[in-house]
Amino acid sequence: MTVAIEKPEKTEAAEPVAPVKAARRISRPMVLGAILVVWLVLFAVLRGKQTLTLAAADLTDLHRWINDFNDSIGANRNSNPLFLYFFNEIRLVIDNLVTFIQHLISQPSGARPVPEIGWLGVVGIAGYVSWAVGNWRVALLAVAGFTFFGLQGLWQESMDTLSLTLSAVFVALLFAIPLGVCAGLSDRFNRIATPFLDFMQTMPTFVYLAPLTLFFLIGGASATIATVIYAAPPTIRITAHAIRNVSKTTVEAADSLGATRRQSLLKVLLPMSKRTVVMGVNQTIMAALAMVTIAALINAPGLGPVVLQSLQSLDVGTAFNAGLAIVVMAIVLDRVTTAAAAREEHARNAKHDFAKWRRPLLGAGAAVTAVLIYLSHTYLWAADFPGDGTVGSHIASAADSATNWAQDSLSGVTNAIRDVITNGLLNPFQTLVTDSPWWLVGAVLVALGVVLGGWKSGVTTAVCVGLLVGTGLWSDAMTTLASTLVATVLVMALGIVFGVWMGRSMMVDRLIRPTLDAAQVMPPFVYLVPFLALFGPTRFTAIVAAIVYGAPVAMKIIADGIRAVPETTVEAATSAGCNTWQIITKVQLPMSRSALTLATNQGLIYVLSMVVVGGLVGAGALGYDVVAGFSQGQLYGKGLAAGLAIVLLGVMFDRITQAAARRAGA
Amino acid sequence: MARHWRAGAAGLAVLGLTLTACGGAKVGDSSSAGSGSSGKCGTFNLAVNPWVGYEADAAVVAYVAQHNLGCTVTKKNLKEEIAWQGFGTGEVDAVLENWGHADLVKKYITQQKTAVDAGPTGNKGIIGWYVPPWLAKAHPDILDYKNLNKYASKFKTSESGGKGQLLDGDPSYVTNDEALVKNLKLDFKVVYAGSETALIQAFRTAEKNKQWVIGYFYEPQWFMSEVPLKKVSLPAYKTGCDAEAAKVACDYPVYNLNKIVSAKFAKSGSPAYNLVKNFNWTNDDQNEVAKYIAQDKMTDDAAAKKWVEANKDKVDAWIK
Repeated sequence: MTVAIEKPEKTEAAEPVAPVKAARRISRPMVLGAILVVWLVLFAVLRGKQTLTLAAADLTDLHRWINDFNDSIGANRNSNPLFLYFFNEIRLVIDNLVTFIQHLISQPSGARPVPEIGWLGVVGIAGYVSWAVGNWRVALLAVAGFTFFGLQGLWQESMDTLSLTLSAVFVALLFAIPLGVCAGLSDRFNRIATPFLDFMQTMPTFVYLAPLTLFFLIGGASATIATVIYAAPPTIRITAHAIRNVSKTTVEAADSLGATRRQSLLKVLLPMSKRTVVMGVNQTIMAALAMVTIAALINAPGLGPVVLQSLQSLDVGTAFNAGLAIVVMAIVLDRVTTAAAAREEHARNAKHDFAKWRRPLLGAGAAVTAVLIYLSHTYLWAADFPGDGTVGSHIASAADSATNWAQDSLSGVTNAIRDVITNGLLNPFQTLVTDSPWWLVGAVLVALGVVLGGWKSGVTTAVCVGLLVGTGLWSDAMTTLASTLVATVLVMALGIVFGVWMGRSMMVDRLIRPTLDAAQVMPPFVYLVPFLALFGPTRFTAIVAAIVYGAPVAMKIIADGIRAVPETTVEAATSAGCNTWQIITKVQLPMSRSALTLATNQGLIYVLSMVVVGGLVGAGALGYDVVAGFSQGQLYGKGLAAGLAIVLLGVMFDRITQAAARRAGA
Repeated sequence: MARHWRAGAAGLAVLGLTLTACGGAKVGDSSSAGSGSSGKCGTFNLAVNPWVGYEADAAVVAYVAQHNLGCTVTKKNLKEEIAWQGFGTGEVDAVLENWGHADLVKKYITQQKTAVDAGPTGNKGIIGWYVPPWLAKAHPDILDYKNLNKYASKFKTSESGGKGQLLDGDPSYVTNDEALVKNLKLDFKVVYAGSETALIQAFRTAEKNKQWVIGYFYEPQWFMSEVPLKKVSLPAYKTGCDAEAAKVACDYPVYNLNKIVSAKFAKSGSPAYNLVKNFNWTNDDQNEVAKYIAQDKMTDDAAAKKWVEANKDKVDAWIK
């Protein structure tokens, strides 16, 4: 590129010379503007040349090669020692874990027509455990939630889903927490792990579902492993983040007191980062539950198949009922884990009286639970949930009428919104990136990377651009890029508004949070049908779905960041005469910059993980390629390449935003 | 304190005993009734591909296998590709409604020899371009592809880049639409809705709000009984006119849908295999069961029961 780019200073040393900093601040927007102008001029001249388009059914050599490779694995499966002694063993262990839990709570076990523990026992255990690790409030919630599954007429389905989720979360945490601690302690490990985590979170599950069933067969193991791959990264990332964020002075204090590395880890770092680690565990549980419907594509039992099957006949009500069960399960699990973390702190402050009572009460509770388990093991009324789920059919028909009402009365407005955003924002932007020659867009991206993030992120961008061209799906990638950026901008806008609001008021937080949890775990498939009715099969529908999924995580992280700003700082600002707006913009947002970065980062990754769902509702491009690859053998290679392209887009934007934030913060 | 504990435990024990005493039916009591007739059939792994017509096939076959033959039927919800893959690993015994899929036939029947053809289902699969009924009524000439260009501008949407929009659905379905648009010189752009759900919803909205939509669709399909879409005629199909994918300029052939079973299952001598082999019914039969499931919202089992009881003669022919 011809644009002169000021060489960024890599010095992170404190207090660079003030005039230099000021000069850079002024010049950066100008450089960005210059890049944009040059781009537009060249676009006008070169429009439509070297755009690297590839028709929906066309393949490149790379795609064919992947197909052949995949076929050869399939053909040699039964003779390959790697399968016989490695994958089969893993499959056995995980399958046994899943079947064990299923026989316990969801599936007929042995000669019994019902599981070992019936509904009464499970509800009892849920209540008791929630009370023991949390408090009586979450115990009530757990009991109510689990009873609700039965009333919905979805007891067995819910228990199947619970079994799979518990197995997956268990396996995920087994790896994720130690890895997260490592990544928190060692910069090098963190650097190595990060691309893998990006890969696991952004590589669409559709791409590896079919190979997983080849490696681990159709069944519990494949479903669990697919879930683990997607659900483990949040815990690893957030654990690392938590360990890193323990204040340096505290660690230094421990060091100066002569604590060993091990001691400072166990006594200082882990306890101090507990609250945030639990947030990671929450995210893992949420992510695992978000996989319920996708795992159903490879015959995972439970609520997922109910959602998928009812969508074949566009039965929104039934799908919503099952989706609601997933949401309730998520909220119960989330609140219980959060209460478990908070309990430690409360216990310390609580009056001594209660502690004295706690042990006998725990014993009594255990006895009651044991009786309930025994009853549900022995008697039919306590084993099979009574009634025929009339509450469920009421919920279904209410959801149906709500959807119909929305479709009938809103579709004029929604079409107008769609057309404004599509024609005013999305189409021009998409035309610009898809109709420019590939090298021009590539150069612009690299230049942006350098200006915003420094030379290093420029190099990363260049590598990503090169690999994107290599996937053979450049044009599709650019179409997806356009939609993704539009969606991410909207996600961050919502994230900041709601995050700040929630961070400043505990009550707002408490009111909004259940909705956010619901949006995060309600399977997108449930709201796709109403969205389709409102917006038609378009790219905009995909963007809306991505916002519903991506915005909650951004809001939560930002709220957490705002809350972490020390009270004293805010008070100081207030007493200095700052008004609310000034406190937010000058104190709270700048001080939670690292939370904002994390939110952008996660928001983007969540949006990218919806690209495939977007492909199901008319977004086309990479999402469609992935879905097509999952559906048709000849397109498998192309689907995998599209998956890689999604990962590359994710890595590219992730590195640029992070580097930009670091520079802004330095 | 210990006294409290003991009192509590005693109270619980009493409570437990009382509950036990008035407990009611025990779990083991009724379990002997169901499992009497099974034996020679064993487990029958039936793949269920994700569309309602198939679900109807699977519902009826599973019902008959379970009630008339005493099989333990395990239904597995899988996409075609994965279901076929399951033939080799022994996890899938039968696929009941196969739409051509030349690539899978080549890979699993010809090359890996893990699957075999088990004959036609009797259903005729029709693929083509359809418009909502109101449109066919208001502009009858639209049903001929030659007039499509005349109306192209009416089919414009935010996705179709200035041309008319031709909506395609689930990528697993056989489609030549891009080639057709090009070779028939139509001023249309193929837009991929990406799923059957999206396609059906688009047609439903179009019929209700009198919108202009033309798209790929197929029969037998339950949605036809809700909104009877009208097929647009393309140049007639002649054998071999679709030999080269890029040069296709003719309508889709009529597919004789067939059943595929795993090679192992075909040799097993299981009565379930005979059932699958003999299973044969008409598009109307399938549509009827599909309607029970999709529109009357009956469970698979209830829908199958209703149909089987009304069609004893057909079922008897399958299991004789």
